[in-house]
Amino acid sequence: MSVEERDPLTGHKTTGHEWNGITELNTRVPRAVWWAIGITHVWALIIWILLPSWPLITTYTKGLLGVDQRELVQGEIQAGQRYRAYWEANLAAASLDEIRGEQALMDVVVASAPTLWGDNCAACHGMLGVGGPGFPNLTDDAWLWGGSDEAVLESIRVGINATHPDTRVSEMLAFGQLDVLTRDQIRAVAAYVQSLSGLANPNPEVRAEGQTIFEVNCTSCHGEDATGMNEVGAPNLTDEFWIYGGSDEAIFTSIHDGRRGWMPAWEGRLSEAQNKILALYLLDILPDAQ
Amino acid sequence: MINNLTVAERQWALVVLLVGGLIGLTMAAVGAGEPFGAHGFLVLFFCAALFFPVLSRLDEPEPSPHAGRSYYDDPIKVGIILAMVWAVIGMFFGLWVAYLLAWPDLTIDAPWASFGRLRPAHTTGVIFGFGGTALIATSFHVMQRTSRARLAGQFSPWFVLLGYQLFVLIAVSGYLMGVTQSKEYAEAEWYADLWLVVVWITYFVLYLRTLARRNEPHIYVANWYYMAFILIVAILHIFNNLALPVSWAGSRSYIVWSGVQDAMMQWWYGHNAVAFFLTAGFLGMLYYYLPKRAERPIYSYRLSILSFWGIVFFYVWAGSHHLHYTALPHWVQTLGMTFSVMLLVPSWATAANALMTLNGAWHKVRDDATLRFMMVAAIFYGLTTFEGSFLAIRGVNALSHYTDWTVAHVHAGALGWNALLIFGVVYAAVPVIWRRERMWSNRLIEWHFWLAVLGTVVYVLAMWNSGILQGLMWRTYTDAGTLQYPFIASVLAMNPYYVARAVGGTMFFVGTLIGIYNLWMTIRQAPAADMVADHPVSVRDEAGERGVPAE
Repeated sequence: MSVEERDPLTGHKTTGHEWNGITELNTRVPRAVWWAIGITHVWALIIWILLPSWPLITTYTKGLLGVDQRELVQGEIQAGQRYRAYWEANLAAASLDEIRGEQALMDVVVASAPTLWGDNCAACHGMLGVGGPGFPNLTDDAWLWGGSDEAVLESIRVGINATHPDTRVSEMLAFGQLDVLTRDQIRAVAAYVQSLSGLANPNPEVRAEGQTIFEVNCTSCHGEDATGMNEVGAPNLTDEFWIYGGSDEAIFTSIHDGRRGWMPAWEGRLSEAQNKILALYLLDILPDAQ
Repeated sequence: MINNLTVAERQWALVVLLVGGLIGLTMAAVGAGEPFGAHGFLVLFFCAALFFPVLSRLDEPEPSPHAGRSYYDDPIKVGIILAMVWAVIGMFFGLWVAYLLAWPDLTIDAPWASFGRLRPAHTTGVIFGFGGTALIATSFHVMQRTSRARLAGQFSPWFVLLGYQLFVLIAVSGYLMGVTQSKEYAEAEWYADLWLVVVWITYFVLYLRTLARRNEPHIYVANWYYMAFILIVAILHIFNNLALPVSWAGSRSYIVWSGVQDAMMQWWYGHNAVAFFLTAGFLGMLYYYLPKRAERPIYSYRLSILSFWGIVFFYVWAGSHHLHYTALPHWVQTLGMTFSVMLLVPSWATAANALMTLNGAWHKVRDDATLRFMMVAAIFYGLTTFEGSFLAIRGVNALSHYTDWTVAHVHAGALGWNALLIFGVVYAAVPVIWRRERMWSNRLIEWHFWLAVLGTVVYVLAMWNSGILQGLMWRTYTDAGTLQYPFIASVLAMNPYYVARAVGGTMFFVGTLIGIYNLWMTIRQAPAADMVADHPVSVRDEAGERGVPAE
């Protein structure tokens, strides 16, 4: 049997039930709640009438506005492309020198290059292009494949050891793993290589042994004078720039295990205009940013 | 505690633990060297750790026949302690990943210590370990008190509480070993999922049997919410985790759903885990402990009915708002969005019902940090549900999705609503369950309250800023029509907010440790209280009259 009581504070009646000391008032649902229900439901009804919403057996209600998210996205993509149209074709058609000569196009390069670089190149080469262990510094004067406009554009287009059919291919053989050289021979040639850039000053005997080994095994790629060959992506060993490091251990590892650096091909992933923006950023803007 | 079990119950427990131990041994044998085998050993040790204490007390005398006339609070005591243990474990992992985001090197070079494994250990530790154990423990308390009936049986409460612990242990340890089915908040693999089904059905049956013994004519609102929580979570769990194991001797399985159906199933589950685990169950807590502590009647029974049915009806439609602008058909997104907005009204009506209940008790809110915990939780509930409906609108979601705004939203709910409510509830329940006059120190409750609230505010503000900044940076274009910021720039911009978040999280964690110290001292040192009123059988029943429902 329920006993309804009146709450002295609010004046409302209770429902007459009690659970472990808890009672409930039978207060009416506030008018604001009914209003809120009405407003949200009417809003939902309007949305359902305007937009695709309810499923039918084999289709769904399309809505009076006739919108579809696939078409919306395509429309927005096209709008974005139209917005970029004024410079994209011009950039794609012009040579890097022609772009350099036209301030309006260079403004586009300056505005859009840092993001393009940051999203595509910085993960390996760094935001400032200075590289890191295994990834070459692109702001110095040492180029594996050449630093001309054409060479840089081509490297970006086809990548290195990439899946592109025209990709640049380069490999340092694993002289130790393939048993071409013994460990002692590797140490000798490593010492010789270090002596070329003044990193080490080995005794003449070791240096001479290293030089002999170098001339037999290494010159076909790195050249007689060890200054490298851009045609096969072989680095200059006489300068102060090192991709994998110039320490004893690093050079020993390079000779013993070989190296096969890798860069993706960007043709097909980036537009021609974007590749040119990156090349200009790399050649003209980044070196000044240091 | 074991002595309070009847000898028959002790024997039954030994049989179940023996079977469990044998299953564990089998898993360990067939999965030797694999995480599956490690889980076998976990099951074996878990069962053995319970088997031997029971075995050693098998010959102890039967419990007093009078014991059956009181409430059965032993599993609640253990449940509250376990919930607080999980709070420390789960929040520790959370804190670790928070610091890791600010200082990415703050880990060790081991697979288990990588972000991708620590993060589900955090989410599962706090949601299922801390939240779930608190839900089970408080539901045992609420169902007995509001039904004026003792729990149905003494075995199944333990089976539910401890079986659930085993599930969470398997889940969390599995994530650290790389065992995952890659479904957010449902990462646990097939064998853990099957075990949870067994535990959960036992839980539901226990709840129904206890309600069936009630000595009250009506079922109180809190019980509606707890039952909705148990029932819907079972359905969600089963459908989202339907999977085919690759073998019976390994942890790997494949979900039967694929493609966008899998995504829809996952977020139907994911959203309603929030709705029924973290909302309905916790509203059950709120509906009992808040009016009890405030000693005020619920503001409106009619509003309770309206909100309950509104919440359970609208929530199950809203999951698709997690998949705006994806391969999910447009019409499903529209439905998810509209139902999410309609859902706001019953959510706010519930928050209002709780806050209006405090009318006439605001002086208590001022003086009593325990009640203040619950009050602030209700405010955060209102705030978070408003934010949820807002973020579900497609255009807003375009900015917020995949950003830290989502993290802010989740933690406004998890810290501000769920955790604050649990702390308030624990401070309210512990003196009752342990028969103490009060908590050991009210000053420490105040410290805990302010650390927790400030920590939450710092955390949520940091992530709001971070999320909105992220969203704006990702969609800012230059005059040339190209993106203004590289992605890494948005990562760098987050750093100060990640530091702030770690600070907020640390404050919250310190508050939790203070709470646990206070809990420990209360159990050990607070003055005992005489709780004659906390008894299922009334004076009239003592006189020999059967306790029949009054209507």
